[in-house]
Amino acid sequence: MNTEILGIIAMFTITLLLAIPLGKYMAKVYAGERTLLDPVFNPLEKLFFKVSGINSKNEMTWKQHLVALLTINLLWFLMSMFVLMNMSWLPLNPDGNPSQSVDLAFNTTISFLVNCNLQHYSGETGISYLGQLWLMFLQFVTAGVGMAAAVVIFKAFKEKSTTQLGNFYDFFVKSCTRILLPLSLIVALVLVFEGTPMTFEGKDTITNLQGDTVQVSTGPVAAFVPIKHVGTNGGGFFGVNGAHPLENPSFLTNMTEMVAQFIIPMAMIFAFGFFIRRRRFAWMVFGVMTVGFLLLAIPNIIMEMNGNPEIAKMGIDNSLGAMEGKEVRIGAAASGFWSIVTTVISTGSINSMHDSSMPLSGMNELLAMMINAYYGGVGAGILNFFIFIILAVFISGLMVGRTPEFMGKKIEAREMKIAMIIALFHPFLILVGTALAAAFPTVGSAAISNPGFHGFSQMLYEYTSSAANNGSGFEGLGDNTPFWNISTGIVLLLGRFLPIIGPVAIAGLLAEKKFIPESSGTLKTDTSTFGLVIFVVIAIVAALSFFPALALGPIAEYFSLK
Amino acid sequence: MVQKINIMSKSKNTSLFQPELMNEAFKQSFVKLNPKIMFHNPVMFTVWVGTLVMLFVSFSTLFGVEGQGSFVYNFTVFIILFLTLLFANFAEAIAEARGKAQADSLRKTREETPAKLENGKTISSSQLKKGDVFLCEAGDTIPTDGEIIEGLATIDESAITGESAPVIREAGGDKSSVTGGTKVLSDKIKVVVTTQPGESFLDKMIALVEGASRQKTPNEIALTILLAGFTLVFIIVCITLKPFADYANAPITIAAFISLFVCLIPTTIGGLLSAIGIAGMDRALRANVITKSGKAVETAGDIDVLLLDKTGTITIGNRKATKFYPTTGVDEKHFLKAVVLSSMADETPEGKSIIELAGVNPLNYKLENPRYIKFTAETRSSGIDFENIRIRKGASDAIKNLVEKAGNHFPKEVADWVTQISSNGGTPLVVSENENVLGVVELQDIIKPGIQERFERLRKMGIKTVMVTGDNPMTAKYIAEKAGVDDFIAEARPEDKMEYIKKEQADGRLVAMMGDGTNDAPALAQANVGVAMNSGTQAAKEAGNMVDLDNDPTKLIEIVEIGKQLLMTRGTLTTFSIANDVAKYFAIIPALFIAAIPALNELNIMNLHSPESAILSAVIFNAIIIPLLIPLALKGVAYKPIGASALLRRNLFIYGLGGIIVPFIGIKLIDIVVSIFI
Repeated sequence: MNTEILGIIAMFTITLLLAIPLGKYMAKVYAGERTLLDPVFNPLEKLFFKVSGINSKNEMTWKQHLVALLTINLLWFLMSMFVLMNMSWLPLNPDGNPSQSVDLAFNTTISFLVNCNLQHYSGETGISYLGQLWLMFLQFVTAGVGMAAAVVIFKAFKEKSTTQLGNFYDFFVKSCTRILLPLSLIVALVLVFEGTPMTFEGKDTITNLQGDTVQVSTGPVAAFVPIKHVGTNGGGFFGVNGAHPLENPSFLTNMTEMVAQFIIPMAMIFAFGFFIRRRRFAWMVFGVMTVGFLLLAIPNIIMEMNGNPEIAKMGIDNSLGAMEGKEVRIGAAASGFWSIVTTVISTGSINSMHDSSMPLSGMNELLAMMINAYYGGVGAGILNFFIFIILAVFISGLMVGRTPEFMGKKIEAREMKIAMIIALFHPFLILVGTALAAAFPTVGSAAISNPGFHGFSQMLYEYTSSAANNGSGFEGLGDNTPFWNISTGIVLLLGRFLPIIGPVAIAGLLAEKKFIPESSGTLKTDTSTFGLVIFVVIAIVAALSFFPALALGPIAEYFSLK
Repeated sequence: MVQKINIMSKSKNTSLFQPELMNEAFKQSFVKLNPKIMFHNPVMFTVWVGTLVMLFVSFSTLFGVEGQGSFVYNFTVFIILFLTLLFANFAEAIAEARGKAQADSLRKTREETPAKLENGKTISSSQLKKGDVFLCEAGDTIPTDGEIIEGLATIDESAITGESAPVIREAGGDKSSVTGGTKVLSDKIKVVVTTQPGESFLDKMIALVEGASRQKTPNEIALTILLAGFTLVFIIVCITLKPFADYANAPITIAAFISLFVCLIPTTIGGLLSAIGIAGMDRALRANVITKSGKAVETAGDIDVLLLDKTGTITIGNRKATKFYPTTGVDEKHFLKAVVLSSMADETPEGKSIIELAGVNPLNYKLENPRYIKFTAETRSSGIDFENIRIRKGASDAIKNLVEKAGNHFPKEVADWVTQISSNGGTPLVVSENENVLGVVELQDIIKPGIQERFERLRKMGIKTVMVTGDNPMTAKYIAEKAGVDDFIAEARPEDKMEYIKKEQADGRLVAMMGDGTNDAPALAQANVGVAMNSGTQAAKEAGNMVDLDNDPTKLIEIVEIGKQLLMTRGTLTTFSIANDVAKYFAIIPALFIAAIPALNELNIMNLHSPESAILSAVIFNAIIIPLLIPLALKGVAYKPIGASALLRRNLFIYGLGGIIVPFIGIKLIDIVVSIFI
């Protein structure tokens, strides 16, 4: 078999094999059970809570959880605006990079705050090392926030009937210290050994083979890059992200980074299963997500490896695949695979230019973000998938003649209302955003670099990426303008916090309800039949919401190319 | 008159579309176009708005507005949308008409009848108020619902229940209720009116069906939210499509926009939703069950535990004598004679069954001065005295007491038989003559034929059955096992039922029960579904949320299935409706853009004739699928107790996959026809 394909299979298998024990470990961490790393982290966390005066044993209701979550995010927002708008005179700026404008700082802050990292600046010139370190901090804590929110849901289904759903700060701090930090350390070690720089000095000057002098940006890259993946943030240290040779120097780092971004979203599913002691359920969720993922990834790998017929027509050798916008050291197959991994799990780091993907590969990348629930971002993936579970439970409950129930809790009007609003909001943000950009060409579609269908895809991609908190871009869009900065900023905010508030609220409401024991009339939610229902619900919702838009973008482009 | 109504109310196989109902429904489908009424159904209301817009667009083309296509095309779209509205209204109207006809046929039984008041005056039944007391004698029709306060009568209730055998109703007991329209066959009763005119259960039910007081059930509300959500998604999709299309230089006509929108929103289920709900109550009424709310029917589908009285439900009303055990040394003929004589005056079915088993006509025996001893709760025995012979028949401990008091011996073999019979679920009666034991009569409960299968069916639905009986635990256990119920409450007092219900509910289960007595009332109120028998006391009927006109305890099983059918019909049609959208997209999207983007013709996988014919075909399909599904909505999707997962697979296959495939075929066929005209 092709080594490129073997590499991909190896990546997936390694991730899965690591994700199961990691999931078990995470379940233990959140349940407050003893783990190996207790001696290291117990004192550290105690110190954090002592300094901040937080009682981490204080159990919260779902509303208190949300208040804590939103308050802490507001604080980070204010701090971030200050740092980004004043970098030029603050320390750690050896290259003398300028401060960001208000709208760019707003966009950058929001996009890092929502674990998205849609970057409308270039790392080399648009930010100082202090700014980078601040963003790195945000990459840790926002991943922690997503995971903590997901754990509230875990907790809601662990007890039979409760209003007490654990402590937000406890979940949040443990996510950062016990899960994100150790994993990042391991990845950083691999990167440093493979040549990723780790320095606070300014640009390096080298003389290349032609004898020219080249200024090469460096910095604390090896510290920054691991959390960008482990926390499914995706914000690159450099402008071209994972395609940059210093961010992703070799096939080994490529594999490491791939596993790093994949592992927590996958482990989170198993953690859910271990936590609520329903492992079969976790496997069902994993099955649905994996089938969905493969249905997007496999066609992309094939299409990218087959190459572009237009290029072949010109008589140019196309046997390596569609190599436009790709790195030779990574290749077409691994780039195609990465393009789906990074879009399904909301990392948004890229190792090839999605703008140059084949039309239907571009569509799959879009679909991955439109669905946003196959694995999904750390924590956020489970939260999004949860909404689809509620919808699927409701429809299938009716189909078997029983008031719908999930994990022994009845799904009623209130939960349906919330689930429907959340499910609705995602297409709303994407379609309305794109429609605005298309309707006001002077500020919106003026930014696109290719007219026609592809230009439409560029706009659609930008808003899809924002709404899904993904952060990757169909680059080619000149998006550092007030219109794009502010509109995507708003989409990012809504696309992040509503899908956290909604599922947590539903879980909280369900947790308060009376537990109904299973009978043989109960619809089991850990079966392949129910998995099929979820899969169909996801597919139908995505198809119905986005088919017209996709028809005018990638699909039209595809048929024109044929 | 009564006879005719009886036929109507019992004929369960009335055709779905009777001409007189059709006329009424047809009229109503226009009346319901009133926006105030339409507004209650968000999905159809948006269609209503779209139809109005199309009317304006059609006429604007006559006045020279360019770029919207021809008048004929636009007007055709308008007509089809208008039909879509009418079809949806018709679905609701026909369901209402059927429910109303059903209720009316019951209501007719209570036409004006004279009522004789206590003071001798005669007034019309409609003038009776709550608290009035009237008298009824043999031959009278009872003017209105009430409770007997004095006397006993046999009553023909066939007008309500269709059951021709007369029933006995008497003051004081649990069978003290009489229903208006039924006929007194013998004796005389004094009845107090229990409801205000126009407030009987039937009146309430009719109001429910007619929509005056019909409230959406919780499940209906949740489903409406889902449908409204989908409608909103499609509003967004359609509105944003305008700038998208402009960007692509592919202008879209208003007709195409509205057609796309109407096809996408779940009009099929939206149009049929209230019809499904009404049909559920109507099906209950056809089963002769009056429901006090739509919610009760829905809850019935969720029942986890069913409390059933043994007598009448699991066993045929009465025990029968099955075997005689004469004591050693007693002549069998002598024993038989004693047994028959002791049962001569016993009017109970048990008594009659003893004579039947003995096969001797008691009148063959010539007796002098017989004196019959009636059964009392204290002696727990009955019998006969003649000459100087005293024959007694009763519970073993009562007879034992009697025998031992007289200084005689209670044989061990008799005691053994008694234990043996009890443990086999029977009831032993010991017979004595002059305080000497003659032998034992075995009475057995006869389990209703076919009841085991019904319980098996319930078990497959996930419902636990509990038998409630006054028998001792040993007998109860035996019958429970034989009948196949999951649990039993022996020596049950009304409080025990209540406690059992509360216990199950505390564990989160939904409980249904049936009852008739006043002392059942608290339990009926406590149960999630309480079905009161129509013959039961007023208190019981007030407490429950359904009234069974047939007084048939096995009715609960039917009610549960009706509830499940109701939910399933909603679920499957929702799935079908949404799955249809896939094909509609493939019809309309290429049609919208084909002119500007010829490459998109590749999406026209149905190979439809032209953009106009494609759009018209999709809209026509969308309209006619509603009337085509009305029979299914009214009859309900068949429930099969094959386990939840299997049922889901089955329905997903039929209505999900079917919902995807059917419109592809339907739209293509319609397109072939439409293309002839374009």
